[in-house]
Amino acid sequence: MKVMHRLLALIMTVFMLASMTTALAVDDAYPSTYTYNYDYWSDIRESPDAYRVEKVIYSKDLGLDVAMKKPQSLFVRNNDIYVADTGNNRILQIRRNGSSYELFRVIDQIQGTEVTTFNTPTDVFVDVNENIYIADTNNGRVVMVDKDLNFIQQLTKPTDATFDQSLSFLPAKIVVDVSGRVFVLATNVNKGLAKFEADGSFTGFIGANKVSYNFAEYIWKNYFMTKAQREQQASFVPTEYRNIYIDPESFIYATNVSFSEYDLLWDVAQPIRRLNGIGNDILIKNDRYPPIGDLYWLEGSVLKGPSKLVDITVLENDIYVVIDQTRGRIFGYDSQGVMLWAFGTSGSREGAFNSAISIEHMGNDLFVLDQNGGAITAFTPTEYGQMIYDATDSYLKGDYDGSALLWEEVLTHNANYNLAFIGIGRSLMRQEKYEEAMDYFKMANDRENYGRAFRFYRKEMVEANILWIVVVLALVLIVPIALGKVKKMRMEVETHERNKVQH
Amino acid sequence: MSATKSSTKNAARRAKWDKYVASLKYAKYVLFHPFDGFWDLTHEKRGSFAAATTFLLLFLVTRVLQLMYTNFQFINAPLQYINVFEQAASLLLPFLILCLANWSMTTLFDGKGRFSDIYIAMCYALVPYTMIQLPMVFISNFLSFDEYAFYTVLGSFSVVWSVFLVFIGLMQVHDYSPGKTMVFLVVTVVGALIIIFLLLVFFSLLGDAASFFISLYREIAFRLY
Repeated sequence: MKVMHRLLALIMTVFMLASMTTALAVDDAYPSTYTYNYDYWSDIRESPDAYRVEKVIYSKDLGLDVAMKKPQSLFVRNNDIYVADTGNNRILQIRRNGSSYELFRVIDQIQGTEVTTFNTPTDVFVDVNENIYIADTNNGRVVMVDKDLNFIQQLTKPTDATFDQSLSFLPAKIVVDVSGRVFVLATNVNKGLAKFEADGSFTGFIGANKVSYNFAEYIWKNYFMTKAQREQQASFVPTEYRNIYIDPESFIYATNVSFSEYDLLWDVAQPIRRLNGIGNDILIKNDRYPPIGDLYWLEGSVLKGPSKLVDITVLENDIYVVIDQTRGRIFGYDSQGVMLWAFGTSGSREGAFNSAISIEHMGNDLFVLDQNGGAITAFTPTEYGQMIYDATDSYLKGDYDGSALLWEEVLTHNANYNLAFIGIGRSLMRQEKYEEAMDYFKMANDRENYGRAFRFYRKEMVEANILWIVVVLALVLIVPIALGKVKKMRMEVETHERNKVQH
Repeated sequence: MSATKSSTKNAARRAKWDKYVASLKYAKYVLFHPFDGFWDLTHEKRGSFAAATTFLLLFLVTRVLQLMYTNFQFINAPLQYINVFEQAASLLLPFLILCLANWSMTTLFDGKGRFSDIYIAMCYALVPYTMIQLPMVFISNFLSFDEYAFYTVLGSFSVVWSVFLVFIGLMQVHDYSPGKTMVFLVVTVVGALIIIFLLLVFFSLLGDAASFFISLYREIAFRLY
């Protein structure tokens, strides 16, 4: 038995050796609760629910005689929710009144132009003056109407040379910035977002995806494939974005779903981007892991592959929320790219999605559109979820101590919440309680802040104990020298004595 | 009679101890005069097996202490998953396998070193690492994140020194030319991989055989009762 044990131990050691990596116990990708988060070691930590379902809005609740059919997009302006009911060629405007949702109007016709109906409208945008922009995909136009549905102008296929004239113009997603510029994400166009000025003139593309291919692939393709094989393969072209959102500061958030999954963790794929005016990605990623949705996924099951982030919405204070179509999960990130929470699941029960397609927010409430069921799920933050927002808000406003109090409160709900430890640590540091701050930063594995607190702490310690430090240093330096001197003198005396005896 | 016997015994023990201490102290000479030092270490028997093992153990202890007590800022170890014995074993085994691989290869190509010579020389070569890294564990607790450069420079210096000693050590032990030593460093790694492969095959076959007999026994036991 003992021999067997030893043998087993030896086998284990050899296996360990063979793998030559530190074996880490890693949970699989399936949390048992609805809401979770990832800790520093990227293990899943179950967490209290940050959101609860307020209501699920079905077609019949709205009194629609024709149910929603493959709706593709949501948009929220003030108290109105606009739904692009793509399959029925119409836009629905739903008005929220407290917790009741009523159909305000059905937009399926406009006035003042030749083509007054829509053909598969896939997106809708409403500006502050309640002018409505509709991506009327199969009519090949983006149409702009005022709030009484009178035609203002339409954007059609640019005649510019930069736009490939052999392609038809199929606008899929649209956003409009504060000055009326329209950014169009068009199907089959991989040069980025088409930009139209407020007067409707096309002024080029911005934010094209960079072409990515790896070196081995390149060599293989160029030197080892036959011409016929090469032609069959897709060429190296940039991919298209999946969805776009514009925040109040006119930065465009874009999501991307086509990439090789191994690029994800090294942050080459960048499924979420924040584009500035010239189309560069300026998303802040200060966490250990880039914002990519789930960090793990299993292969071989029905729900396979990485998170497919089909839509994004940005709350006030730059918290952005993305939705994963594959597993029906919603991920919230703060402005630093730190995951706040993740929740949701796929299925047919309340709070689960069959095929989520779009997400929007009204204040801190979230709306998720399910294209298969044709239903909108309204989520409202729980006490815990609201506390996270409040703490973030008061920190951004500069009320550090107030935010620390709120973070303490968060910790009583969820003791695994890293952001809370960091928030409290920061406040303690401002109160010059460096040692305690260090404890908190250490718990959150925040080395940078720990280092900052540590420097102050060290300075304090040195100043308080300068006397002792000098004494110890002096002893360390002087005693050996003194001892050496004594030894030398004794030696001299001894040799002298010995010499005397010999004489 | 018995008094003299015990006194000779004592004297022998004393001599042994002195030899041990002397061989420990000899490490200092090896560090700063590696060519001379390694030659005498094995050819003149200035080093001892006991001292070498002491250095190896100290090295393992250093590695473990490093994981446990280095300042939190400089190390990113998932302490909740770490088993110190596992960590120590994962260093000791490759070390021994590399020594074994080196011996098995060089012995075929007129290397002068015996296995114990190689072992002793390699253990002495680890001394700079231990000597620098062990105090660094302590010192790191007084450094902040900004002084990371200081920490890494000293750390890499210790590694470079040790690697240099490994090279000189092998050269002197086997009485090889530098070029040949270089070649045999590579050959040693290949040899170690072969040894690991054979061990894996051996143990997996052993496991298969064992499970065969176990299932055979179960089958018979099942039929009989």
